Amino acid sequence: MTQLSLPRRAPNLSWLLLVPAVALMAGVVYVPLIQSAVRSFGDPPSLQEYADLFSDGITMTVFWRTLGSAVVVTLVTLVLGYPYAYMMTRASARVRGLLMTVVLVPFWTSAMARNFAWLILLERNGPVDRIFQFFGIHDVVFYQTTTGVTIAMTQVMLPFMVLPLYSALAGIDRKLLLAAQGLGSTPVKAFWKVFWPLSKVGVMSGLVLVFTLSMGFYITPALLGSPQNSMIAQLISQRATQLLDFAAAGALGTFVLIVTLVLVGMANSQGGSISAISVVVNTDSPKGNG
Amino acid sequence: MAATLGETRTAQAAPPKKLKIKPVDAIPLWLRTLAAIVGVYFILPTFIVIPMGFGGATTTFKFPPEEFSVKLFENFFTNPAWIGSLGKSALVGVLAALVASTFGTAAAVGLHFLPGRLPTLVRTLLMIPLVTPSIILAVSIYVSFLQWHLTGSLPGYVVAHAAIGLPYVLVSVTAALSSFDSTLLRASASLGASPWRSFVTVTAPLISKGIGTGALFAFVTSFDEVVIALYLRSPMFQTLPVQMYNSVTVEIDSTIAASSSLMVIIVSLILFIPQFARAKKTS
Repeated sequence: MTQLSLPRRAPNLSWLLLVPAVALMAGVVYVPLIQSAVRSFGDPPSLQEYADLFSDGITMTVFWRTLGSAVVVTLVTLVLGYPYAYMMTRASARVRGLLMTVVLVPFWTSAMARNFAWLILLERNGPVDRIFQFFGIHDVVFYQTTTGVTIAMTQVMLPFMVLPLYSALAGIDRKLLLAAQGLGSTPVKAFWKVFWPLSKVGVMSGLVLVFTLSMGFYITPALLGSPQNSMIAQLISQRATQLLDFAAAGALGTFVLIVTLVLVGMANSQGGSISAISVVVNTDSPKGNG
Repeated sequence: MAATLGETRTAQAAPPKKLKIKPVDAIPLWLRTLAAIVGVYFILPTFIVIPMGFGGATTTFKFPPEEFSVKLFENFFTNPAWIGSLGKSALVGVLAALVASTFGTAAAVGLHFLPGRLPTLVRTLLMIPLVTPSIILAVSIYVSFLQWHLTGSLPGYVVAHAAIGLPYVLVSVTAALSSFDSTLLRASASLGASPWRSFVTVTAPLISKGIGTGALFAFVTSFDEVVIALYLRSPMFQTLPVQMYNSVTVEIDSTIAASSSLMVIIVSLILFIPQFARAKKTS
């Protein structure tokens, strides 16, 4: 059928170039994920595993805790990352280079080394605790609490917020702000009416990147948290390795993946995009543009 | 991507200088302070890690370390569990980066020259490992690889890590191709070069920086990967991050402090290669 309707031409050989990559992804990602989803429906097929997620009393508690901490991490990275990215657009070339290098530090700090460092930083009477005590704050516990996990997660998620933001903010003409102020607007009002709307694409990209990545944290809560306040990733791991209940682990994984993808889709329609991650990979060294 | 970013940046750099004389538009102090604090937050763990490696072999970790010694590094380089896992990590990383950069470059070139919407879909599908939480991937890979007898084996690690490294190669090669002038290929073809020869002599040198960056990212992604490696491990085959994870959770082994310092140093050196290469070229 299709052969008849298409005009005759030499087949495009470029398709062949995609075969190795797609085959690799199929073997490592697509087939295992699909198998896991299929397994979650059980034999004979039923929705029992999914019904259990909502009724077992644990899963939903952990799910909402994970979602909550992902939201907190996302908002904190926005609040800290926005001024930082803005500062980068304003600073002199040398300072900007320094600020950019510093942003990239969490990337090239090995994940295990970084978590180990947070373990030392956040332990009782550790450096962070001592700083808080110095200011007279004694009742905040960081080790084995959600607070500590959130502090450590925020640090590693910040670059994923700052880089898309910076690439958006750097493209905004600052003269618009001065124009608004020249027309009688206060600096704050000028910011919210002019600058903020123009930066929205960067904001949405940062939000979606940080949120999706935060939903899946496993190592940080496993090392810095406690079993009493575990995250969804630990629950999946526990069901697979300790209970050997692959169907339940598959159901939970599929559920989290769908929720994440729906949220990414929603953000996409708002102008944010997961492909903002390319900013992260392609951020060149800060040198050379001064 | 990188090129356009650079352009907007230089375009931005000019006006603020002129505006600087107006005190109205000065950078407020609170902004400078906040940026400095966030900057410290970024680098804090990294700077903690390096001196920790030179602490003594105690069961409790304290910062700053109470004594100075190279005992932990000695442990690292003499204990087969540690040095062996470093070797395995390096081997898996190099092989995974090779596979990822070959397959990823082929895919990026293919997608670049294909018209229509289907290639866009394929590109999105190839990016899936980036957005899938690693634990979900790890558990699925684990169960499927068990059936295929790939757990705890070098090929298992290499294909898994190649797959998660491939999106980085795809992204960086695509960026390199976006500034590639495809009329050059028509020129070389009209001079009688085969498509393969054109690729090797024309395309490859022009996008080599993109391939190199992608390969380095793929290596570091594999070298540093913990979650999938935790699931694929066997007593015989264990990578360094897994060994580090065990040394915190299973048995308290203070060698992790030295191992963390080494990891940070190795990864920084690798990721600084492109910068050194560029600095050399410009000077």
